Amino acid sequence: MAIKILIPTPLRPYAGSKSIIEVNAQTVGDALGELVAQHPDLRRHLFSEDGKLRSFVNVYLNDEDIRYLGKDATPAKGTDTIAIVPSVAGGR
Amino acid sequence: MALKIHSALLDQLRFHGEQTYPYECCGVLVGDFDESGGKTVKAVIPCGNTRTDSPQNRYHIDPLELVRIQREAMLSGCDIVGFYHSHPDHPAQWSATDLADAHWTLCSYVITSVEKGHAVLTNSFQLQDQEEAKHFDDEVIEVDN
Repeated sequence: MAIKILIPTPLRPYAGSKSIIEVNAQTVGDALGELVAQHPDLRRHLFSEDGKLRSFVNVYLNDEDIRYLGKDATPAKGTDTIAIVPSVAGGR
Repeated sequence: MALKIHSALLDQLRFHGEQTYPYECCGVLVGDFDESGGKTVKAVIPCGNTRTDSPQNRYHIDPLELVRIQREAMLSGCDIVGFYHSHPDHPAQWSATDLADAHWTLCSYVITSVEKGHAVLTNSFQLQDQEEAKHFDDEVIEVDN
């Protein structure tokens, strides 16, 4: 069973207009790597030039923020869902 | 491009701004994109403002709330089509902070001015272009009754 990655609306133009992409991987980092391998245009929207996730991009494994788990090394399995959610903030 | 919303849903997000006054409210708009890029709002989801350090002029939605809303929306065949927040005693126009912290391209950012506790004007802006060249365009709100 493949890991499901949920693609938010602003990133779908760079992901073949797909809302869900399935990948085979052992960790969250590998899953994101497979995602950008399938859809190279996504890379610069997810990662900065130093290869780190952009500051406003949140990645959740099911209901857990990977920054509070093992970050890229967080283990993932076929029943898991990875959600990518850009932050929402602002104010006058 | 236009944001289509039923009057009851528009009233709901405006009332949220009155409820949280003098602090900013915030929430998510769930609905559909049409082929031309227009949007129809089917649900207004109020969220908590995590900016408890400065809620009178800042808002932030807990990403976990976004994860759950996005998941539920997709399960029901819908999408996140935008967000809303209020500007207490301030115009319903996007600010430099609103633009700097906006990252959902093609989505609507709806802003309601709330003056002395009463919702006055509600405007919508669509975020355009990629991160380095992003900007807001004015967006018509089409209200259905």
